[in-house]
Amino acid sequence: MASTIRVRATSSGETTEVQALIQHPMDSGFVKDAKGEIIPPHFIQQLTFEYEGKNVFTADWGGGVSKDPYVKFAFKGGKKGDELKISWVDNKGATDTTTAKIQ
Amino acid sequence: MTDVGFSATRRLLLQGAGAVALVGLGNLPFGLTPALAAANDKYPEEAFKAKSEADAIKALYGKTAEPSDKVKMDAPEIAENGAVVPISVTTTLPDVTSISFLVSENPVALVASYKIPAGTLPNVANRIKMARTSNVIVVVEAGGKLYSANKEVKVTVGGCGG
Repeated sequence: MASTIRVRATSSGETTEVQALIQHPMDSGFVKDAKGEIIPPHFIQQLTFEYEGKNVFTADWGGGVSKDPYVKFAFKGGKKGDELKISWVDNKGATDTTTAKIQ
Repeated sequence: MTDVGFSATRRLLLQGAGAVALVGLGNLPFGLTPALAAANDKYPEEAFKAKSEADAIKALYGKTAEPSDKVKMDAPEIAENGAVVPISVTTTLPDVTSISFLVSENPVALVASYKIPAGTLPNVANRIKMARTSNVIVVVEAGGKLYSANKEVKVTVGGCGG
């Protein structure tokens, strides 16, 4: 299966800027479908970014984050060609992990 | 062994097996993703259940935030689509350890909370859902204290639904 995670990490020399886009419905649990039935909550709870075995960013999310969530951050360091590891886990226990090369 | 005893034992065994399977499934993702385990960051379940922003901030940090002009929030004046509202924050405060986004009129106020380890810049952008016109609050934890900024964002079409 193709990864749900798309990441672009760009090094400027001093810092690395990271943009991530993840495919996920992010159902809040407050919305009804066409039949008037509540769509049960289904959203990513935690998203982590790891560089050289160290955590550089953790996102804790609720159902209020938009569908197919996007996040951008930056950290000091990170060299071109190095790898960044990204993982998420949702409220149903599903997970995905990928690695991205810093450009 | 009577029938009753047998079925009870059987049920216990099945329950046991079920529990093992569940535990196995529960642990597996964490075992495979050291990032989650290494961070040792528990998901703040309670904070993501709080209805009001004050309760959410309390559940998350156990203290209250004071407004600061050093917290800069970039949010649209008017969001035509409440399902996708781009919000970003930057701050000049030193020693930032966490940044959180809250929407006071949403059914659950807390939207996102980011942990900022040393070496990561206090600068985050994301896209959030807004049920209706509301205050958006950004809380920055820096040097053990909480600072906030807030801004009203008008929503044309509600999108808590997404």
